[in-house]
Amino acid sequence: MIEVKELRRRFGPVVAVDGISFNVEKGEVLGLLGPNGAGKTTAMRILACFLKPDSGTASVCGHDILTDPTAVKRSLGYLAENVPAYSEMTVGGFLNFVCDAREIRGRARKQALDRVVPACSIESVYHQTIDTLSKGYKRRVGLAQALIHDPKVLILDEPTDGLDPNQKHDVRKLINKMAKDKCIIISTHILEEVEAVCTRTIIIAKGRVLVDSTPKDLKEKHQCSLNSVFRKITTTKTVKSAKSA
Amino acid sequence: MNSFMAVFKRELKGYFATPVAYVFLVIFLFFSGYLAFKEGFYEMRQADMGAFFKNLPLLFVFMVPSTAMRLWSEERKVGSIELLLTLPITITQAVLGKFFAAWLFLGIALALTFPMVITVSYLGDPDVGLIITGYLGSLLMAGGFLAIGCFFSALSKNQVVSFVLSVVACAVLVFAGMPSTLNYLSTFLPAGLVSAIEGMSFQTHFESIQKGLLWFGDLSYFVLLIVGWIAACTIVLDERKAR
Repeated sequence: MIEVKELRRRFGPVVAVDGISFNVEKGEVLGLLGPNGAGKTTAMRILACFLKPDSGTASVCGHDILTDPTAVKRSLGYLAENVPAYSEMTVGGFLNFVCDAREIRGRARKQALDRVVPACSIESVYHQTIDTLSKGYKRRVGLAQALIHDPKVLILDEPTDGLDPNQKHDVRKLINKMAKDKCIIISTHILEEVEAVCTRTIIIAKGRVLVDSTPKDLKEKHQCSLNSVFRKITTTKTVKSAKSA
Repeated sequence: MNSFMAVFKRELKGYFATPVAYVFLVIFLFFSGYLAFKEGFYEMRQADMGAFFKNLPLLFVFMVPSTAMRLWSEERKVGSIELLLTLPITITQAVLGKFFAAWLFLGIALALTFPMVITVSYLGDPDVGLIITGYLGSLLMAGGFLAIGCFFSALSKNQVVSFVLSVVACAVLVFAGMPSTLNYLSTFLPAGLVSAIEGMSFQTHFESIQKGLLWFGDLSYFVLLIVGWIAACTIVLDERKAR
């Protein structure tokens, strides 16, 4: 459902994403792993049609991100890293605005809200302004916004960052529940999360794909915890590439 | 169209959800009235709104950029632009939605000056056509300033910077057409250039519409100005949204 072909994007002298390619199918939960500044967020922003790649392309549900960005945006739900929202709006007002923009009206809107609000457990803050919410609630509002049109593809940039352990557990449960009939990409550096929800993981550093495997295989191959695998791969390979350069 | 309406509605509500709208309206109504009376609204003993419209460009130079500055600066600073542009909304729809919401807001501010119209009609027998073209000219001028403000708002994440830049840009366009500026320029510039500068100024076209004359040239000046700055805003925004 997602096909990424040789995506490349630079910001001035910094190459953020350097020729990434991968495919994700329905039913897969792909965990994008990598150290800070590895290019995870840039790659996700390109997929969500917020940024344009310098070269390469990608398609989501058969729509190309360069030629038909609006169709791509329609078919995916995106939760950005810092969970942007309009702080002066109430949660309800904000979700209704997203419904307006996504052309969900009348009964469909009521159904969507009835589905998404309890799923993200934000009933208690529905009439509060977003300004006054804690980080955890803001993130859940962001998640509700991404799920409101029941998209086939979900792109979540650090979905559990800033949540307490209970909320983390709830969000992971929610992701697992949706995993069957959706195609989900999440980025994280919490490795236990990868083990809890991901069926596949890609480790990237310096904008390149270093490993494309499953969490289970990785652990078996390296005979150690995912934490050590991550450190081993990202440190040795970046040192190598620095030396060869 | 629907995405445009979604942005438009949200933006217009946004003005009234924060104190911005009320502070703006009170200050605007106070000064538009104050300047009109200072100009001799009653003393002139004429039943027209000339005294009111005369000082509007000066007031707009400050007031319009103050409504425009938040349009994109805030959006980029808070990061909500990432949300907005990953909804199925194109940049053009978003820019136009915000622009027209702010324009309608300024239209509301202008409409709230209706007590002036009532006063003039009560005291005398004013030329209604002149009042209508006066308001039309003011609305067009507000749109022009707004388009400029919109552009500078997209240029900088800092609201103060975008405010100052758009005030300067608007002021240049107003003062370029003032007789004192033109007299000074004509001492060392060729006449053709001076009249070209005059033709680029807000003041010239605003005064002409205010006289009750609707020339194609004046109307197209405002339309071109708005379209041009809005297009520039779209381009700049596309370029800078992620920075």
